[in-house]
Amino acid sequence: MSNLVAKIIPRHVTHQPASPTLQLDDVFVAYAEGAQGVTSARSAQFALEAVSFQVKAGERIAVVGPNGAGKSTLFKLIVGALKPSRGSVNVYGHGPSGHICIAYVPQRSQIDWSFPVTVEDVVMMGRVGQIGLFHWPRRRDWELVRNSLARVNAARLAKKQIGELSGGQQQRVFIARALAQEAELLLMDEPLAGLDVPNQEKIFEILDALRPDGVTVLVATHDLDLAAARFDRIMLLNKKIVAFDVATAVLEPRNLLQAYGGHMHVLGNSDILLTDECCDHYEERQG
Amino acid sequence: MLTWLIEPLQYSFIVRALLAAMVVGVVGSVFGTYVILRGMAFFGDALAHTILPGVVVAFLFGWPLAVGALAMGLLTALGIGALSSQGMMKEDTAIGVIFAGAFALGVAMLSATGNYTVDLAHFLFGNLLGVSTADLWVTAVLGAFVLLAILLFYKEFLVISFDPALATTLRLPANFLRYLLLALIAVTIVVSLQVVGIALMMAMLVTPAAAASLLTRRLPSMMAIAAVIGTLSSVTGLYASYYLDIASGPAIVLVATAVFVLVFLFAPGRGIMWRKA
Repeated sequence: MSNLVAKIIPRHVTHQPASPTLQLDDVFVAYAEGAQGVTSARSAQFALEAVSFQVKAGERIAVVGPNGAGKSTLFKLIVGALKPSRGSVNVYGHGPSGHICIAYVPQRSQIDWSFPVTVEDVVMMGRVGQIGLFHWPRRRDWELVRNSLARVNAARLAKKQIGELSGGQQQRVFIARALAQEAELLLMDEPLAGLDVPNQEKIFEILDALRPDGVTVLVATHDLDLAAARFDRIMLLNKKIVAFDVATAVLEPRNLLQAYGGHMHVLGNSDILLTDECCDHYEERQG
Repeated sequence: MLTWLIEPLQYSFIVRALLAAMVVGVVGSVFGTYVILRGMAFFGDALAHTILPGVVVAFLFGWPLAVGALAMGLLTALGIGALSSQGMMKEDTAIGVIFAGAFALGVAMLSATGNYTVDLAHFLFGNLLGVSTADLWVTAVLGAFVLLAILLFYKEFLVISFDPALATTLRLPANFLRYLLLALIAVTIVVSLQVVGIALMMAMLVTPAAAASLLTRRLPSMMAIAAVIGTLSSVTGLYASYYLDIASGPAIVLVATAVFVLVFLFAPGRGIMWRKA
């Protein structure tokens, strides 16, 4: 019986302060892993190959690469929705599945915006892990929800149904949910796509304000200009890590050609034209 | 008017029918909000049909029908859940195979016995006026169980229905919750079996909740409004059945459908009539 309870009710691990926020060691992910059991050792196709890197607390990382490069797969690994076929994923020294401090902000197209919930309902969902089974939100939870909404400048939206929000507001509400979750590692899938410049700017202001708290942010994006301008480091991904460094070192024609291949054309004086179709509909759908 | 309302209540079988119908109106409608939000309508319809062999076996051995229905319902709910999670075929394909096979088995078993058509009609369309005191107790206890489970797991069910990825990062026991929802839909079907029957089950699970979804934008009020619509439909339908001399299960479903149509046309801000203006 106690075994069953332990299986149903997860235990949360404590952080190892000396460990890096995020560390991947030689991670491979085979396609269709887990769907049909082991597919023997026939020349497996990998969605991710030999991925190793470390991220420090408070860093802001842009993850860029062509469609099908494995960005979503990488994020699924880090949140613990997917297990690597080989290698290890560690968050503060433990596998991701024990943590409730990892928040994932989905692409807006993956959310049913007609769902009968208000903005504050959505933000409160971030508290469900801490509140625990068989308990109801306490005063502290409601305070955190209000504070989180205030931090993304959305306090006045609290009672609105989520379908009434603009794209920028939707994105900020989901960041507020991550704040209510007290996330220390925040993963965002194409949060900037489809937003105009003022709304993108608001997102960055919020992320700037998170930095003193040591919140680490990984953002999947197609926008290389923004990646170069607003992030500490860029990870250029195409199944393998092509480059992972500051923008000037990563955005070299040689690297870009290796990552984007046929989608890229080098024009004369290393002016580069990327013909990369954007986002939602073409993102890898496996798993 | 008052005598008109009170007259049917002098028959104890009508009082029992009324109570059973009200329980189903509340439980079916409240759980129905999850059915429509999670897109489980086809699953629910199929599950209602697959319990027939269990009901027939219970009937033939003289057991309470709910026992056979519950056993068969839980078995197939969990079986379908396990089969589709194997990824060997699409969920609706797996459901379709089991649904038709089990239903055929139930009809075949029943056809081998005496009063085939009458009994089959009772299972398919309900036998509300035949609710015994024991049936009423079973309905009330199982109904309370469903409502209690919804209350206890309210926030977790909300998360896995709205955003399964969040359920992962919050480390919610997603598989346990998913199977619990499948088991609850089976129990809800058993609760509704005698009131509306197998063939009309979907109306109790989907129609009031669908109407409520057009009237509110929050889940708690959606559940409350669905329960009110479900209960009103049950009561009104039963009176209509008494005075117009029509079968009670279909009468209840017709009232619920009429309410849905009215809401669909006139819901403030969202009904068809508002869009044209």
